[in-house]
Amino acid sequence: MGTPIEVSGMSVRKRPKRAPDLMNELGKTDRPKRALAVASGGGHWMQLMCLVPVLDGYDVVFVTVADSYRRVVPENRFYVVRDANRWNKFLLVALAAKIAWIICKERPDLVISTGAAPGYFAVLFGHLLGARTIWVDSLANIERLSLSGRLAGKCTDLWLTQWPHLARTEGPQYAGAVL
Amino acid sequence: MIFVTVGSQGPFDRLIHAVDEWTALRGRSDVFAQIGKAKYIPKHIRFTEFVDPVEFKHLVESAQLILAHAGIGSIISALESARPIVVMPRRAHFREQRNDHQVATARHFEARRQIIVAYEEQSLAEKIDYALTLRNTERIKMEASPQLVVTIRSFLNRNFGPHKFQP
Repeated sequence: MGTPIEVSGMSVRKRPKRAPDLMNELGKTDRPKRALAVASGGGHWMQLMCLVPVLDGYDVVFVTVADSYRRVVPENRFYVVRDANRWNKFLLVALAAKIAWIICKERPDLVISTGAAPGYFAVLFGHLLGARTIWVDSLANIERLSLSGRLAGKCTDLWLTQWPHLARTEGPQYAGAVL
Repeated sequence: MIFVTVGSQGPFDRLIHAVDEWTALRGRSDVFAQIGKAKYIPKHIRFTEFVDPVEFKHLVESAQLILAHAGIGSIISALESARPIVVMPRRAHFREQRNDHQVATARHFEARRQIIVAYEEQSLAEKIDYALTLRNTERIKMEASPQLVVTIRSFLNRNFGPHKFQP
């Protein structure tokens, strides 16, 4: 989460090294940047769908908790994970492992999530592997950020709440909502 | 038709039980519920475990009234289709949710007169009866606000450059 350094007009960020993009090295083409869009079911998924148009031009890969959501994004790669919460540690570990596997396989440039647990693990592992990460905390968290939202702040480059009264100088910031 | 939904985060038997009793009391035969992996099996209403987003939208649009937990997805879906909705918040002390955030959600939309709230099952019947006298509500639209779009776009441009997509 280093600050951008200006190098002859280009903004370069300190980030872990990753395999060079071969096609880029050869100067042939830009591959579309890959975005991993992650959400639990219901409202989390609906809010993620509101953000997807912003990712126009990106290769968007979805991770969610119900196979039937595939119908909504039939053109995209799509992974299903079993949702978990802190009431079941075993499921939580299984979820973390599956998300880690998906991140290693897809190597996204960007991870974006509207919560909850699957999104937290995705921004965590995405961040560790050098992806940029965006967390848009759910509208449902009106009085305080959810646990996943608070944890996500530590590994998120753009950490947003959708409620102005929850914004803090140290983050999250408020920058509008999906409503 | 009255469409009942407990959302995608697990069962909510307290709501389904109360709706089932109300249905029997009023002798209605047009109540359809999405109940999740529930322990309580309703006797007076038709039900299914889960519906996908496309079916869900269809059910909401064909319903006269929505009854739901106080999840953002359920509330926004009803408001997007301008349907009246009665919600009952999931409570942490019944282990229906990790915390009481649904109470806050319910209060927020109730204060804007966009939803009707039954905070406990005892008041649900009365709230449903009242909601059935209502016409369709004000329609809202869920989409990213211009400020949110600009914030995310400029973040992406800063990190990846103005993105040129080559198919």
